[in-house]
Amino acid sequence: MSSKSFEYFMKGVFLISAVISVVAIILICLFIFTGGIPFIQEYGLKHFLLGTEWKPSNTPPSFGILPMIMGSIYVTIGAIIIGVPIGVLTAVYLSKFCNNKLYKLLKPGINLMAGIPSIVYGFFALVVIVPIIRDIFGGTGMNILTASILLGIIILPTVISMSEASLKAVPEGYYKGSIALGATHERTIMSVILPAAKSGVLSSIILGIGRAIGETMAVILVAGNQARMPARITKGIRTLTTNIVIEMAYAADEHREALIATAAVLFIFILIINGTFLIVRRRSKN
Amino acid sequence: MNKFVIKNMNLYYDDFHALKNINMNIHEKKITALIGPSGCGKSTLLKSLNRMNDLVEKCTIKGDILLDSEDIYAENSDVNLLRKRVGMVFQKPNPFPMSIYDNIAYGPRTHGVKNKSKLDEIVEKSLKSAAIWDEVKNDLKKNALRISGGQQQRICIARALAIEPEVLLMDEPTSALDPISTTKIEELIQELKKDYTIVIVTHNMQQATRISDKTAFLLNGELIEYDKTVNIFSVPKDKRTEDYITGRFG
Ligand SMILES: Nc1ncnc2c1ncn2[C@@H]1O[C@H](COP(=O)(O)OP(=O)(O)OP(=O)(O)O)[C@@H](O)[C@H]1O
Ligand SMILES: [Mg+2]
Repeated sequence: MSSKSFEYFMKGVFLISAVISVVAIILICLFIFTGGIPFIQEYGLKHFLLGTEWKPSNTPPSFGILPMIMGSIYVTIGAIIIGVPIGVLTAVYLSKFCNNKLYKLLKPGINLMAGIPSIVYGFFALVVIVPIIRDIFGGTGMNILTASILLGIIILPTVISMSEASLKAVPEGYYKGSIALGATHERTIMSVILPAAKSGVLSSIILGIGRAIGETMAVILVAGNQARMPARITKGIRTLTTNIVIEMAYAADEHREALIATAAVLFIFILIINGTFLIVRRRSKN
Repeated sequence: MNKFVIKNMNLYYDDFHALKNINMNIHEKKITALIGPSGCGKSTLLKSLNRMNDLVEKCTIKGDILLDSEDIYAENSDVNLLRKRVGMVFQKPNPFPMSIYDNIAYGPRTHGVKNKSKLDEIVEKSLKSAAIWDEVKNDLKKNALRISGGQQQRICIARALAIEPEVLLMDEPTSALDPISTTKIEELIQELKKDYTIVIVTHNMQQATRISDKTAFLLNGELIEYDKTVNIFSVPKDKRTEDYITGRFG
């Protein structure tokens, strides 16, 4: 093959790869929305989104997903409260305080955390966190709090890696400028470097939110999965994702369509999160 | 009066001998220029006066540097206090990505000023001293990155002045600026001489002649000649100085 035709060949390969991913996302959209929208039209958007009862086997059945929407929001907020401070401070430590030797130990550890399948985290939470929560608060130990802790841990690598990268990208001149004014290393980091990296840190948090809201298998193990409005953080809940997984296997007809419509709602959540991410990114570039 | 006294100072970056046996007195409330070809050690010498070299790993200094007769590298000397007394302006303007006001107030806040009206006063005074008050007084909340390079550099000078240093170190403060901004900053530097001891690194011979009282010529880490600026540029004693200022090398 001549180098010219090889070039054409490779161009074709790249083009096909790009087209495949675009087609995949289009097909997913088509599947979710054509499967979900007719149901929503029939059942009523307001009833579906704001209904507080999810009882598919009643006659007539009710398909209100507000409990699951609230469930997802609760555990995601919980995950942010637990995961973000730890993650951001870890990133600060890794990028500005930790010595080289320790870094070489910690960094692969965090990369490994990102690679562990979430079911393993879920299992860990089931065996370790659930009993602790049960001992402290009573009940089953499977609740909003447990799921929040679990998700807080799961989003750590996302938050840490991206925050660390954005801290490292802060121009050296800011650091020197602050030090030259007689500020300590600590003050410089907390008052100049971290604020300078805030859009990257914010992006890492948004990605973490996306990760938390989409997490499924690990959450099933520890969230309790009761389809009801969240009451207290020591009560079980069900999220959008787990709702789909738990019932998909046996759902039929309208019930099945209701689950696909649930997926559509989840999809829109993810679109909003990604959109926010893009806006934050773009703003930070200006 | 000597502000700095540098005695038998040697500086090494790891095993590279960057400054060789420097002896030099820097006069109070005068402008001292450091000139010499690229890589001769001007910035290194400047940075050793406020211990910014501490940030460089494996940088060792032998000999003494005295500020008002006190050894700034002594075991018990407070490096943050030193940097409060000896301010620095960098080659590339480096205002923090925050408002103009917060940029100027950062130093005083660092050193414990909390009172709002006191801070307002310091900010105004510093911006006036840096000859940029009139240009930014209505925009104090504006992000300091959203102004021109020349303005940014004067913000950096104001930021350094806000903690009332005694000495101002400037490493090629105008090399990234246009001629008009350069003129403004040169005028400013001469104005500041009344209250501050200034040490300035420059590649620009005309600039050194225009603004400095004394000039030090460095070459390969050695202090070749140090004298009144007029003498250096009219009757240099050393052949190498003459070659350099007449542009025969460097
Ligand atoms: N952090 C460092 N580590 C090792 N060597 C360094 C370091 N900084 C400077 N040097 C070396 O020390 C010598 C003097 O550097 P310095 O930056 O003081 O030069 P300069 O006179 O300011 O040059 P320029 O006019 O290009 O700014 C150079 O040979 C340089 O390579
Ligand atoms: Mg230099």
